[in-house]
Amino acid sequence: MQKKIIKLFILSFILFIIGVLFISLNKNSIYDTKGLVGKKITKFGLDHFSENKMITAEDLNKNNFTLINFWASWCGPCRDEHSFLLKLNKEKNIQLLGINFKDKKNNALEFLNDLGNPYDHLARDELGKHSVNFGIYGIPESILVNRDLIIIKKFIGPISRNDYDYIKNIVRE
Amino acid sequence: MMRIKIIIFFTILNLNIVNAEIFSVDANEIFKNLRCLICQGQSVADSNSEFAKTIKLVVRDQIKDGKSEKEIYDFLIEKYGEWIVYKPPFNRVNFVLWLFPYLVFVTGGVIIFLLFKKENNH
Amino acid sequence: MLSNIGNTLLFLNILLGIFIIYLSFQNLKNNKVSISKNIYHICLFQSTFIIICFLTLVIAFIISDFSIITVYQNSHSLKPFFYKISGTWGNHEGSLLLWVIILTVFSFLFLLYSKNHSKNYRIYSLIVQNILILGFLFFLLFNSNPFSVILPTPKEGLGLNPILQDPALAIHPPLLYIGFVGSSIYFSAAIASLLTNYSGKLFAQSIKNWVLISWSFQTLGILAGSIWAYYELGWGGFWFWDPVENASLLPWFAMTALLHSLIVLEKRNLLYFWVIILCLLTFILSVTGTFLVRSGILNSVHTFANDPSRGLYILVFLSLMIFASVLLIFNKFRNSNYNLNSNSKETFILINNWFMIFYLITVLLGTVYPIFTEVLTNHKVSVGPPFYNTVIIPIAVLFLLFMSVGPQMKWIKNKFYNLNLLFKILVASILINFSIIYFFQSYSLISNFIIISAIFLVISSLADLYKLFKKQKMDYSRVISHLAFGFLVLFIGLNHNFSLEKDFNLKLGERKKFEDYSVEFKDLRLEDFKNYKAVIGEFKINNFQKNLDKSLYPEIRIYENPSTITYEASIRSGLLKDYYITMSNVDRSDYYNIKFQKKPFMMWIWVSVIFISLGGFLRLFKNAKKDY
Repeated sequence: MQKKIIKLFILSFILFIIGVLFISLNKNSIYDTKGLVGKKITKFGLDHFSENKMITAEDLNKNNFTLINFWASWCGPCRDEHSFLLKLNKEKNIQLLGINFKDKKNNALEFLNDLGNPYDHLARDELGKHSVNFGIYGIPESILVNRDLIIIKKFIGPISRNDYDYIKNIVRE
Repeated sequence: MMRIKIIIFFTILNLNIVNAEIFSVDANEIFKNLRCLICQGQSVADSNSEFAKTIKLVVRDQIKDGKSEKEIYDFLIEKYGEWIVYKPPFNRVNFVLWLFPYLVFVTGGVIIFLLFKKENNH
Repeated sequence: MLSNIGNTLLFLNILLGIFIIYLSFQNLKNNKVSISKNIYHICLFQSTFIIICFLTLVIAFIISDFSIITVYQNSHSLKPFFYKISGTWGNHEGSLLLWVIILTVFSFLFLLYSKNHSKNYRIYSLIVQNILILGFLFFLLFNSNPFSVILPTPKEGLGLNPILQDPALAIHPPLLYIGFVGSSIYFSAAIASLLTNYSGKLFAQSIKNWVLISWSFQTLGILAGSIWAYYELGWGGFWFWDPVENASLLPWFAMTALLHSLIVLEKRNLLYFWVIILCLLTFILSVTGTFLVRSGILNSVHTFANDPSRGLYILVFLSLMIFASVLLIFNKFRNSNYNLNSNSKETFILINNWFMIFYLITVLLGTVYPIFTEVLTNHKVSVGPPFYNTVIIPIAVLFLLFMSVGPQMKWIKNKFYNLNLLFKILVASILINFSIIYFFQSYSLISNFIIISAIFLVISSLADLYKLFKKQKMDYSRVISHLAFGFLVLFIGLNHNFSLEKDFNLKLGERKKFEDYSVEFKDLRLEDFKNYKAVIGEFKINNFQKNLDKSLYPEIRIYENPSTITYEASIRSGLLKDYYITMSNVDRSDYYNIKFQKKPFMMWIWVSVIFISLGGFLRLFKNAKKDY
């Protein structure tokens, strides 16, 4: 009897392992940080893009929602999402904070002149160090936060039509 | 005579403790333990990607600020998830990983020990 | 045309495989003492055809026949000749063909060389092995066919990844496959042994040379992979506990345990079922490793391209193998009486197995753990070098000590210990470690211990060697492997402790000074090569204390097909240490990021592994001389 239990246990254990391996075959193994929502963005101090001042959490507490968007003039996909950013800028309940990432001032200004400036606040992160505070690992990357600076959603890569609709729905409620 | 030998043995053994030192936080060691998130299986130490360069700057700043290794890892885990560190933190989910091998080791030792008991009981 | 030949031969081999199984069952039924000649002939055809099939693919690569998808995806007309050939097995489909060759040729050779053994046992081995062959042939023909055609024929190929154009990497798969694919033969033999009750000393003798062959080649295969990683990948390390590396290490642990237990089975007719389990486990681990690597479920720097259908097929095949093995063992298991004295060689071999299983479980667990956390908790965790090093090294300290004492033990019961000698060796080891570390620098406690126990093993083995020499015994294989293993751990420990790494930015003409070294960025030039352009830097390394003056030339290579950038390390290997520089450009700046490394004893690490495997080959030749 004891032998039968041991055998059953071993067989179930093997079945379990094979089952897990089978399920994992269908899973995507590329990692992303989309799951890291619900956390609060704590104090930060970004250099304002053109003026000699800092942009801090206080500037964002006044808004119901803020979309923090990391971009650069040298980034191709950033152009793809620009039209959606311009549209979002027109929404009432949301403000856009653009953070220019590892870029030269002239190139960034040219980019905005060419495609339009969707940002209510514009900052720069020349060395890229601040991006780590936001959990950014590539650009373009955007974070939607609420008034209390809690992360509602992370967008890895350019904002798509679906992303735009999603944000629109959230801010219009 | 035996006692003297044992004393000499442990003295010499302990002299080697002199050789062990606790280090100040070594940036390179931390880089080796961090995964470059946009690379295929490279550490931050080995990668030349933008992400790796940024992380190196931030970690160096934090070391200068006097942060400990654990604080730096916890910070990065909070921002990027556990995937970014190569040493899985010892928590409720991961304790299986850390303890199971030793469980196996002890079990193996017990099995072998039991094999002798049989013979020695004859 | 080539594609048709290839496909025909594959299909032919499936027919031959089925025919062999049929003939084998016929042979079982008849009362003849020996196996009929026609089986030998069919097996010979089987081996011949699969080799021709493989050569067909090689020719396709050499002449750059891009109508064949595999050639198109992995080759290019400008690729150097040698790498066109090695490109044949540097991809998923081609390497599977290599798998089938090993399975087939080993099947035939086992049949040839096992004439002194029971007929039914040999026939069942043949049957099981051919089932494995058929499994892989079906996989090849219907899922991963190296002869699939693409129309219209592309004018040029997509090229082989430049990192894979390296001599060590070219030879790495063939060596490894003789290793862990070769373990298939004793997997089949183990099943045959269970089915025919052919056990004990005779069974051990029938497989021991095969275990030796696969173990020795597996060791060399792992070495080739590490050498490639060190010279090609540019980070100065040779082992990263990457899933693909672990996949080759797991069968090695099982093989080493098996190698040792076989000695006990042959000499004392003990541990039969444990040996069977190890035989089955080795090949199961090989297929598991191949599953993990080719299915795409693991994230690695070495992965082949992803394709879930491959993973599915291999997983099904693996599951069948595992269930068949487990059910058969349950069915046939008989409890035996063990009379083991704690003071004997058998015990120490068991201890070896105990440690090997520990290493195996640790590495297996670390490798698959991320898969399990992701499926069960939707949470991704990384398991890297810190885990493996922390868990394994302390236990390895103990292992080395046991390894020093074990071989001196006598069979059945050891009458006395030379405790005095052991004690003296231990003290000597500790003193040597102390002087090494004290005069050079101080390091972690665990490094001290691992170096002490490595020195302990080295000295014990040297004492052993001397004893053997005095007694004029001719069998040095065991001592050589153990001594080399001790040296391996010692050199790895010293290398880890005394390596120097410096990461800094430099402009052309600048010089950086640190410790006793200075690195000067002397020259930078652009050169054109056959299939790439290179930016070559010249760096002068000076060490004033040691009167050192060396120049190193790291490169940044820009390839066209496929469009890649690689960073070639410049390495000056020496007897005592290697100097290692990699260079990469800093974006939007005149600066170059330089990584300078001083790595002691690298050469001796490679040499130690070669000697470990040499011990295996020596024993193999000794056995072959005796038997044939």
